[in-house]
Amino acid sequence: MKHLTEYRDPELVEQYIQELHRTATRPWTIMEVCGGQTHGLVKNGILNLLPDLVTMVHGPGCPVCVTPVNLIDKAVYLAEEKNVILCSFGDMIRVPGSTKSLLDAKAGGADVRILYSPLEAVRLARENPDREVVFFAVGFETTAPANALSVVQAQKLRLKNYSILASHVLVPPAMEAVIQDDDTNIQGFLAAGHVCAIMGTGEYGPLVERYKMPMVVTGFEPVDLLQGILMVVRQLERGDYKLENQYTRIVRPEGNPEARRIIEQVFEVVDREWRGIGNIPGSGWAVRAELADFDADRKFSVSIPKVPECSDCIAGLVLKGIKKPRECSQFGRACSPERPLGAPMVSSEGACAAYYHFSMSELVND
Amino acid sequence: MCLAIPGKIKSIEYQYDGLVRMARVNFGGIIKEASLDMVPSAQVGDYVLVHVGVAISIVDEEEAEKTFAYLREIGDLDELTESSQIDRHAV
Repeated sequence: MKHLTEYRDPELVEQYIQELHRTATRPWTIMEVCGGQTHGLVKNGILNLLPDLVTMVHGPGCPVCVTPVNLIDKAVYLAEEKNVILCSFGDMIRVPGSTKSLLDAKAGGADVRILYSPLEAVRLARENPDREVVFFAVGFETTAPANALSVVQAQKLRLKNYSILASHVLVPPAMEAVIQDDDTNIQGFLAAGHVCAIMGTGEYGPLVERYKMPMVVTGFEPVDLLQGILMVVRQLERGDYKLENQYTRIVRPEGNPEARRIIEQVFEVVDREWRGIGNIPGSGWAVRAELADFDADRKFSVSIPKVPECSDCIAGLVLKGIKKPRECSQFGRACSPERPLGAPMVSSEGACAAYYHFSMSELVND
Repeated sequence: MCLAIPGKIKSIEYQYDGLVRMARVNFGGIIKEASLDMVPSAQVGDYVLVHVGVAISIVDEEEAEKTFAYLREIGDLDELTESSQIDRHAV
């Protein structure tokens, strides 16, 4: 299919790999921020094809993974105690809370539904005026416009029975938290292409200047990923640091103005707790106070006590690129996608789950 | 989570009494609905990137070609092509 298969062309992939082998003369460590990119690198075997001198480390870019346990407990509570139709994306349903996941709640009789889009939840609310419909709205900047749009549509349709439980996290503050951690050793970044499709590239220039670190906005297909890595390596070899855009077919410098406008209309920036990492200032979006009727947290005044995370899990170190998944003593033993102990194993885009699912025994760039 | 897939707009219709502009998008043979609220200029025939039921960007076809021109821009595509035939199994 146009704009997809051509970016999976094996011959072009091979040319990029060879150019990378010729370009890299010293060891470099590069972080891909987005879990979708981690997934792409692992699934397509790219990690095995890179020069030994180029090490990819995986970032905190799986919003499902970093959703706090307490918010999952709130969603489970709403589904079980408030008799709502609780909807979310498929990967969110499996994530364990402190005692159970939404899938467990569904098995126990709660009305939990997996949807492809938050707009389907609005339709569901319209078709079920006697029920409360709550959409568990997770995501990075990429997903925020769709979740915000669901609120705007519900408002236009004058729905009184629709709300979202928002758990939005923002990429640039997380990148800065990773850079500032003394234990990280990252020299360049692949910036998340679809986040930038919404937000543009304006937030990254100051990070590049402040930390003198190359960043390349990169897509998700094998050729995209290899070109993005090559662009970072070329900068590093030259001693350069600048913001470049590999994903120009999708990402404009200004992002998507319509999407940014609707996000601004519905959300405001707040401090946010990241599962496995902890609080990162200014790293989340919450529903604006004036839209409280569409904010499940306010609407139902949910108060659930917080519980500590599993102490055997090294999620924070994995999410910051300090440790690789297989350096964890629990990886593939007590911790698996079926029974995850911590954040990076809970969704297929988490670094641990990606390693678990693909080429677990064959990864050499590990 | 950030998975988004390009597809071609086959048709556009208004729903909810004209309140919502939706497209039917062809993803390699699979047709799904997508909101066009974020890409108001999108027309039938355009390729759009769709994420959780919302088109978030129109694919720029001219820019799409640049990825394939990048190696040539480095200046050694011809040499690389020759060596790739020799070293095809070397990496």
